[in-house]
Amino acid sequence: MKKATIIVHSGSFDKVLSAFIIGNGFVSMGIPTSIFFTFWGLNALKKKGFKKLPLSKMNFLGLGRLLIKLKMKKYNVASFEKLAESFKKLGGKIIACTMTMELMGIKYEDLRKDLIDEYGTVGKYCYESKDANITLFI
Amino acid sequence: MEEKITKLVDCMNENCPMPLVKTREAIMNSKKGDVIKVIGTHYQSFQEIPMALEAMGIEIIEKKLEEKNWVIIFKI
Repeated sequence: MKKATIIVHSGSFDKVLSAFIIGNGFVSMGIPTSIFFTFWGLNALKKKGFKKLPLSKMNFLGLGRLLIKLKMKKYNVASFEKLAESFKKLGGKIIACTMTMELMGIKYEDLRKDLIDEYGTVGKYCYESKDANITLFI
Repeated sequence: MEEKITKLVDCMNENCPMPLVKTREAIMNSKKGDVIKVIGTHYQSFQEIPMALEAMGIEIIEKKLEEKNWVIIFKI
Protein backbone atom coordinates (compact mmCIF):
# COMPACT_ATOMS: atom_id res chain seq x y z
CA MET A 1 0.00 0.00 0.00
CA LYS A 2 1.45 3.33 -1.07
CA LYS A 3 1.29 6.24 1.33
CA ALA A 4 2.82 9.72 1.69
CA THR A 5 3.51 11.91 4.68
CA ILE A 6 4.63 15.54 4.54
CA ILE A 7 5.98 17.63 7.39
CA VAL A 8 5.45 21.37 7.05
CA HIS A 9 7.98 22.98 9.36
CA SER A 10 8.29 26.25 7.44
CA GLY A 11 5.85 29.08 7.75
CA SER A 12 6.43 30.79 4.44
CA PHE A 13 3.76 31.34 1.83
CA ASP A 14 5.63 29.63 -1.01
CA LYS A 15 6.69 26.57 0.99
CA VAL A 16 3.24 25.93 2.48
CA LEU A 17 1.69 26.40 -0.97
CA SER A 18 4.18 23.87 -2.39
CA ALA A 19 3.27 21.39 0.34
CA PHE A 20 -0.40 21.68 -0.58
CA ILE A 21 0.25 21.38 -4.30
CA ILE A 22 2.33 18.22 -3.75
CA GLY A 23 -0.26 16.88 -1.30
CA ASN A 24 -2.97 17.42 -3.91
CA GLY A 25 -0.82 15.60 -6.46
CA PHE A 26 -0.50 12.54 -4.21
CA VAL A 27 -4.19 12.31 -3.31
CA SER A 28 -5.05 12.82 -6.98
CA MET A 29 -3.10 9.66 -7.74
CA GLY A 30 -5.01 7.79 -5.07
CA ILE A 31 -2.12 7.82 -2.60
CA PRO A 32 -3.27 8.43 1.01
CA THR A 33 -1.47 11.52 2.31
CA SER A 34 -1.09 13.18 5.69
CA ILE A 35 0.39 16.64 6.20
CA PHE A 36 1.86 17.37 9.62
CA PHE A 37 2.15 21.00 10.65
CA THR A 38 4.75 21.88 13.22
CA PHE A 39 6.75 24.94 14.37
CA TRP A 40 6.34 27.84 11.90
CA GLY A 41 4.10 25.73 9.71
CA LEU A 42 1.37 26.00 12.34
CA ASN A 43 0.95 29.67 11.41
CA ALA A 44 -0.65 28.52 8.15
CA LEU A 45 -3.44 26.84 10.13
CA LYS A 46 -4.26 29.94 12.17
CA LYS A 47 -7.49 31.77 11.41
CA LYS A 48 -6.65 34.02 8.45
CA GLY A 49 -3.11 32.75 9.02
CA PHE A 50 -2.14 31.82 5.49
CA LYS A 51 -2.83 35.33 4.25
CA LYS A 52 -0.21 36.69 6.62
CA LEU A 53 2.61 34.30 5.73
CA PRO A 54 5.68 35.96 4.20
CA LEU A 55 7.57 34.67 1.17
CA SER A 56 10.71 32.68 2.04
CA LYS A 57 12.73 35.01 -0.20
CA MET A 58 12.22 38.56 -1.45
CA ASN A 59 9.19 39.23 0.70
CA PHE A 60 9.99 42.99 0.88
CA LEU A 61 7.56 43.63 3.74
CA GLY A 62 4.75 41.86 1.94
CA LEU A 63 5.24 43.41 -1.49
CA GLY A 64 6.80 40.22 -2.84
CA ARG A 65 3.87 38.19 -1.57
CA LEU A 66 1.43 40.60 -3.17
CA LEU A 67 3.23 40.26 -6.52
CA ILE A 68 3.11 36.46 -6.29
CA LYS A 69 -0.60 36.61 -5.49
CA LEU A 70 -1.22 38.81 -8.54
CA LYS A 71 0.77 36.39 -10.68
CA MET A 72 -1.17 33.45 -9.26
CA LYS A 73 -4.36 35.16 -10.40
CA LYS A 74 -2.91 35.94 -13.80
CA TYR A 75 -1.81 32.35 -14.42
CA ASN A 76 -4.92 30.91 -12.80
CA VAL A 77 -3.03 29.09 -10.04
CA ALA A 78 -5.36 27.81 -7.32
CA SER A 79 -5.37 29.72 -4.02
CA PHE A 80 -4.40 28.25 -0.66
CA GLU A 81 -8.09 27.99 0.27
CA LYS A 82 -8.95 26.10 -2.89
CA LEU A 83 -5.97 23.76 -2.52
CA ALA A 84 -6.71 23.05 1.14
CA GLU A 85 -10.34 22.36 0.28
CA SER A 86 -9.53 19.96 -2.56
CA PHE A 87 -6.83 18.21 -0.53
CA LYS A 88 -9.40 17.44 2.16
CA LYS A 89 -12.11 16.54 -0.33
CA LEU A 90 -9.83 13.95 -1.93
CA GLY A 91 -9.21 12.34 1.46
CA GLY A 92 -6.03 14.12 2.58
CA LYS A 93 -5.44 14.44 6.30
CA ILE A 94 -4.13 17.47 8.20
CA ILE A 95 -2.48 16.99 11.58
CA ALA A 96 -1.32 19.73 13.96
CA CYS A 97 1.54 19.13 16.39
CA THR A 98 0.44 19.92 19.94
CA MET A 99 3.93 20.03 21.43
CA THR A 100 5.02 22.85 19.13
CA MET A 101 1.64 24.56 19.62
CA GLU A 102 2.65 24.87 23.28
CA LEU A 103 6.14 26.12 22.40
CA MET A 104 4.76 28.70 20.00
CA GLY A 105 1.98 29.77 22.38
CA ILE A 106 -0.74 28.70 19.94
CA LYS A 107 -4.06 27.69 21.46
CA TYR A 108 -6.56 25.25 19.96
CA GLU A 109 -9.02 28.09 19.41
CA ASP A 110 -6.41 29.99 17.37
CA LEU A 111 -6.38 27.25 14.75
CA ARG A 112 -8.86 26.39 12.01
CA LYS A 113 -10.94 23.42 13.07
CA ASP A 114 -12.35 23.11 9.53
CA LEU A 115 -8.88 22.18 8.25
CA ILE A 116 -7.42 20.06 11.06
CA ASP A 117 -8.41 16.40 11.21
CA GLU A 118 -6.25 15.34 14.12
CA TYR A 119 -3.80 16.56 16.74
CA GLY A 120 -0.68 14.66 17.69
CA THR A 121 3.05 14.73 18.31
CA VAL A 122 6.06 12.87 16.96
CA GLY A 123 4.61 9.44 17.78
CA LYS A 124 1.74 10.06 15.43
CA TYR A 125 4.03 11.21 12.64
CA CYS A 126 6.34 8.20 13.06
CA TYR A 127 3.44 5.78 13.29
CA GLU A 128 1.88 7.14 10.10
CA SER A 129 5.25 7.28 8.34
CA LYS A 130 6.43 3.77 9.15
CA ASP A 131 4.23 2.43 6.36
CA ALA A 132 4.74 5.40 4.05
CA ASN A 133 7.09 5.01 1.14
CA ILE A 134 7.25 8.75 0.57
CA THR A 135 7.97 11.37 3.21
CA LEU A 136 8.89 15.01 2.73
CA PHE A 137 10.15 17.68 5.11
CA ILE A 138 9.28 21.18 3.97
CA MET B 1 -17.63 0.75 -31.19
CA GLU B 2 -17.39 4.17 -29.64
CA GLU B 3 -17.90 4.40 -25.86
CA LYS B 4 -20.64 6.68 -24.60
CA ILE B 5 -19.28 9.51 -22.42
CA THR B 6 -21.02 9.54 -19.04
CA LYS B 7 -19.06 12.36 -17.40
CA LEU B 8 -17.23 15.45 -18.67
CA VAL B 9 -14.48 17.08 -16.63
CA ASP B 10 -13.81 20.61 -17.81
CA CYS B 11 -10.27 21.76 -16.98
CA MET B 12 -10.06 24.53 -19.57
CA ASN B 13 -7.62 27.25 -18.49
CA GLU B 14 -6.93 25.46 -15.18
CA ASN B 15 -3.33 25.39 -14.00
CA CYS B 16 -1.37 22.80 -11.99
CA PRO B 17 -2.54 20.91 -9.94
CA MET B 18 -6.26 21.45 -10.62
CA PRO B 19 -6.69 19.26 -13.75
CA LEU B 20 -5.25 16.35 -11.77
CA VAL B 21 -7.43 17.18 -8.77
CA LYS B 22 -10.61 17.51 -10.83
CA THR B 23 -9.90 14.23 -12.61
CA ARG B 24 -9.43 12.42 -9.30
CA GLU B 25 -12.61 13.99 -7.91
CA ALA B 26 -14.56 12.73 -10.92
CA ILE B 27 -13.10 9.24 -10.46
CA MET B 28 -14.04 9.22 -6.77
CA ASN B 29 -17.62 10.16 -7.64
CA SER B 30 -17.99 7.65 -10.44
CA LYS B 31 -19.19 4.09 -10.64
CA LYS B 32 -17.84 1.10 -12.53
CA GLY B 33 -18.49 1.40 -16.24
CA ASP B 34 -18.49 5.22 -16.30
CA VAL B 35 -16.63 6.73 -19.22
CA ILE B 36 -14.97 10.02 -18.29
CA LYS B 37 -13.80 12.65 -20.74
CA VAL B 38 -11.35 15.26 -19.47
CA ILE B 39 -10.65 18.38 -21.52
CA GLY B 40 -8.06 20.99 -20.71
CA THR B 41 -5.39 23.38 -21.87
CA HIS B 42 -2.59 22.97 -19.30
CA TYR B 43 0.01 21.11 -21.34
CA GLN B 44 1.83 19.28 -18.52
CA SER B 45 -1.45 17.85 -17.30
CA PHE B 46 -1.88 16.20 -20.70
CA GLN B 47 1.28 14.22 -19.82
CA GLU B 48 0.59 13.85 -16.10
CA ILE B 49 -3.07 12.81 -15.96
CA PRO B 50 -2.12 9.59 -17.83
CA MET B 51 0.59 9.02 -15.18
CA ALA B 52 -2.00 9.35 -12.41
CA LEU B 53 -4.35 7.00 -14.29
CA GLU B 54 -1.54 4.49 -14.64
CA ALA B 55 -0.86 4.75 -10.88
CA MET B 56 -4.54 4.01 -10.26
CA GLY B 57 -4.63 1.16 -12.78
CA ILE B 58 -7.11 2.91 -15.06
CA GLU B 59 -6.79 2.37 -18.79
CA ILE B 60 -7.01 5.22 -21.28
CA ILE B 61 -9.38 4.81 -24.21
CA GLU B 62 -8.33 7.90 -26.10
CA LYS B 63 -5.79 10.71 -25.75
CA LYS B 64 -5.58 13.43 -28.37
CA LEU B 65 -4.74 17.04 -29.07
CA GLU B 66 -7.44 19.21 -30.59
CA GLU B 67 -7.15 22.69 -31.99
CA LYS B 68 -7.56 24.57 -28.69
CA ASN B 69 -7.36 21.86 -26.06
CA TRP B 70 -6.45 18.28 -25.26
CA VAL B 71 -8.81 15.38 -24.59
CA ILE B 72 -8.30 12.30 -22.42
CA ILE B 73 -10.99 9.61 -22.26
CA PHE B 74 -10.90 6.65 -19.90
CA LYS B 75 -13.22 4.05 -18.43
CA ILE B 76 -13.68 3.20 -14.76
